[in-house]
Amino acid sequence: MMKNKYIRVLFVDYGMVFVLIGLCVLISLLTISDMHPEDPSAARKLASSLVKEAGKDINVLIVARTTAADEAFATTLKEELENGGAHVVGVELGDPSSLRKRLELLGQQDERVDFVATHDFSSKWRVLNSSSRAEMASLYPALKNLKIAKPTSYRWPTFLTANNLIGILNQNAPIAIMAIGMTLVIITAGIDLSVGSLMALAAVVAATTLQSYLGGKDASGLDVLLAFIVAMVVCALAGVFAGVIVTLFKVPPFVVTLGLMMVARGMSYILAGGADAVKIEANSIGALYSSSVLGIPSQIVMMILLFVVAHVVMNHTAFGRYVYAVGGNETAARLSGVPVVGVLIAVYAICGLAAGLAGVLDVSHFGTGRPKAGEFYELQVIAAVVVGGTSLMGGEGKIFGTFIGALILGVIQNGLNMAGVDSYRQMVIYGTLILIAVLIDQLKKKVVKPASN
Amino acid sequence: MADPVSIQSPSQSQPLLKMTNVSKSFPGVRALADVNLDLYPGEVLALLGENGAGKSTLIKILGGVHAPDTGSIEIDGQKIQIDSPTSSQDAGVGIIFQEFNLIPALTARENIFLGQENSALSWIATSQERETARSLFERIGVQVDPSALCRDLTVAQQQVVEIAKALALKARIVVMDEPSAALTPREVEGLYGIVDELRRQGIGIIYISHRLDEIDRLADRIMVLRDGQHVGTQQADEMTRDEIIELMVGRSLANEFPDETRPVGEVRLEVKGLSRGDAVQDVSFDVRSGEILGVAGLVGAGRTETVRLLFGADRPDSGSVTLDGQELNIKSPRQAIAHGICLLTEDRKGQGLVLGQTVQENFGLPNMRDFVRAGFIRKTEETSAFGEYIHQLQIKVTGGHQVAETLSGGNQQKVVLAKWLQRNAEVIIFDEPTRGIDVGAKYEIYLLMNQLARRGKAIIMISSELPEVLGMSDRILVMHEGHVAGCLKNEGVSQEELMKLATGTREDTAV
Repeated sequence: MMKNKYIRVLFVDYGMVFVLIGLCVLISLLTISDMHPEDPSAARKLASSLVKEAGKDINVLIVARTTAADEAFATTLKEELENGGAHVVGVELGDPSSLRKRLELLGQQDERVDFVATHDFSSKWRVLNSSSRAEMASLYPALKNLKIAKPTSYRWPTFLTANNLIGILNQNAPIAIMAIGMTLVIITAGIDLSVGSLMALAAVVAATTLQSYLGGKDASGLDVLLAFIVAMVVCALAGVFAGVIVTLFKVPPFVVTLGLMMVARGMSYILAGGADAVKIEANSIGALYSSSVLGIPSQIVMMILLFVVAHVVMNHTAFGRYVYAVGGNETAARLSGVPVVGVLIAVYAICGLAAGLAGVLDVSHFGTGRPKAGEFYELQVIAAVVVGGTSLMGGEGKIFGTFIGALILGVIQNGLNMAGVDSYRQMVIYGTLILIAVLIDQLKKKVVKPASN
Repeated sequence: MADPVSIQSPSQSQPLLKMTNVSKSFPGVRALADVNLDLYPGEVLALLGENGAGKSTLIKILGGVHAPDTGSIEIDGQKIQIDSPTSSQDAGVGIIFQEFNLIPALTARENIFLGQENSALSWIATSQERETARSLFERIGVQVDPSALCRDLTVAQQQVVEIAKALALKARIVVMDEPSAALTPREVEGLYGIVDELRRQGIGIIYISHRLDEIDRLADRIMVLRDGQHVGTQQADEMTRDEIIELMVGRSLANEFPDETRPVGEVRLEVKGLSRGDAVQDVSFDVRSGEILGVAGLVGAGRTETVRLLFGADRPDSGSVTLDGQELNIKSPRQAIAHGICLLTEDRKGQGLVLGQTVQENFGLPNMRDFVRAGFIRKTEETSAFGEYIHQLQIKVTGGHQVAETLSGGNQQKVVLAKWLQRNAEVIIFDEPTRGIDVGAKYEIYLLMNQLARRGKAIIMISSELPEVLGMSDRILVMHEGHVAGCLKNEGVSQEELMKLATGTREDTAV
């Protein structure tokens, strides 16, 4: 019985987790490909295995391209080989023709070369293929035993790399943050279509505040923070306005926020003076976006913290209880003494504030205030909430579900990009997958629910 | 009184409807076990049972909503298969559910013929339909304007439209599920007339009701279900009320109402000149400590509207409310609750509870400040507080985590009561406290009301059931069209006297 209950909770409340895991597995399987490591640690491994297998008495030519990453690879390789006792005859950072010249020079000097140590990319240069090596060996005795050494390649999903996963989180952080506010609004049986436009408004307000009032390029880090706060407050006030219209004048939230969406977008363009972006000269503008905590970009950390806070608020405070109650039955909530008007206004204010934060992150990312930031984001945000299992009818929904919902959408998008699907097809697949995800959730509820009565 | 000519002895004719050994299980519940039902043309079969006894499951099987696990259905001796609402209609079954299936924005005529169009493109012969509708209404014996929009009709008129709709589909078996629940006493009289008329025309009627008065008045035979079992079918005139109740409840209730007299104390709540629009006009009364003030009146007399003003759910145009000598200025339910005035609404599901939330969450809703420490809800404290009420009020739940929707009416009422008791309510307003609650649970609610009165609370009880008003109240306030028609001490008052006041029939102008 108990066990049964927990399984039910797992499926009904957290069924989407399985969808997410399933998606990750699927995309991982589809993106398995050869991985050719080219980083310093691969160089270290290559050097030690070379010395181990061929002995210390070897002459090695190190070959790589001229990029910084290749240079690091070559430097590490040289150090490690020399530490291991091998003799490095030279480091060739260049292209196939420079390598050919280098090899011919070494041949003419009769400098014996046993190995060309390189990475997978350069090892495929024609000058290093077996026929041209044989040709060189016939010309120059010193190159008679020339062999290629490169780090071992292996197969691994490109999806499942730290870089890619962090990239997904980073890219979707603004949407996920807005989805927190949207979850609250949707739990009260409302909707907020204005979040994408408010995001743009926040971006433009932050930019113009910085440029016009806080000293342009002289603005300090504190000024930037101040501009961010101003932008977020403006969005929160827009949310309060929407909440007031919804509660006091009983206008449906759809209509109120539809209007606000257009007003905010228009205002963003007006403030930007018709430009594509408001230039920002303050040099600390990118600090928020580019900073990181323990190697994780700070906007991801911020997003996770906000989800934790929202989860606690919704599950352990009176406010959270009130939000669910208002969505479940507004009349019953009011007659139970719940300050319904206050709760609704607060919920729209929080949603506006979240949109403001997303706008601020956008400013920090692009370094300009873009009036077209967040276009159609409202739909993605709503999709994330709905995929996360929150009912548009109100009264139910989980913050954690929204987090999963946002991740599911991010993972799908990332997977489609990796599969090289063009953007029109992406839209079709994206939409279809959202429908399937929600359908699975509904079916699961239907299958699991009857037993609970 | 039934028309004697129409009563047919079961042995004389073939049953119109025969349901044999019908069983139905839902996951974890045996809703019906081997139930037999037979219905003869021109008779009223009263189907009785407490909530959850299986009445509605049986009706839904007849209506094609649920498929039975076992059992057969015969109509006119022919075995038939009912597997959808449509096949049920085709078989001549018309069901009038408590919640009407009418579309408010369409006219009575359009509602009657909805779904009978030959195809979506077929031409609608409006005038012909109007004539047919009129003749259907004539058959029922009530005139309703076929061109009136359903949302403008009274509940009773809507019911007539539903019946006409069933008749238009040539129904010979009409099922009425608590048809009188939302009707005024005068409209109920009209309903009796309709039922008699249908019976005279040879239609078989299955009549579900909680009100024993109606059963006395209408039923030819009585069929009782208890816990999904068929406990008996008998001729109505062979059974007394007590026997019926005993059959339904499975035990005998010595009395419908607990007998109790309490000392009545000081005036606690005093209402003077309360008015709001036409609904409430110059209403004044008081309630004392330890007193139950019954409020009687017809539907639309302004009773609910008056208590909503006390509770801050609506704002009065004028008038004053004084509690324990202190004048209150209540602008919202929140403020009323803070002063200890609480309302148990008539519509528990729509207004009393957040059905999708657990009972404990519902309980905690007005009491957050008792359980919140440093911003966080102490759920263990909430659980233990609610646990005490589960015990004290004998709420039948599996625990605080049970979803409110899954509780029976009586237990839902107790949850609402628990949340107000935790709030330390001093003035408790019950609006139709036992509507839709079965006989056994009713008695428990009455006991609780007495217990609260004994603890010095002031209790206002609105009820449309006169026996309840007379059985429970210390004093009775009667309202008529927004005014106070009278306030009587409950000593030797008769139902007729109350009715006269409630209908505005003055002694001197009485017909």
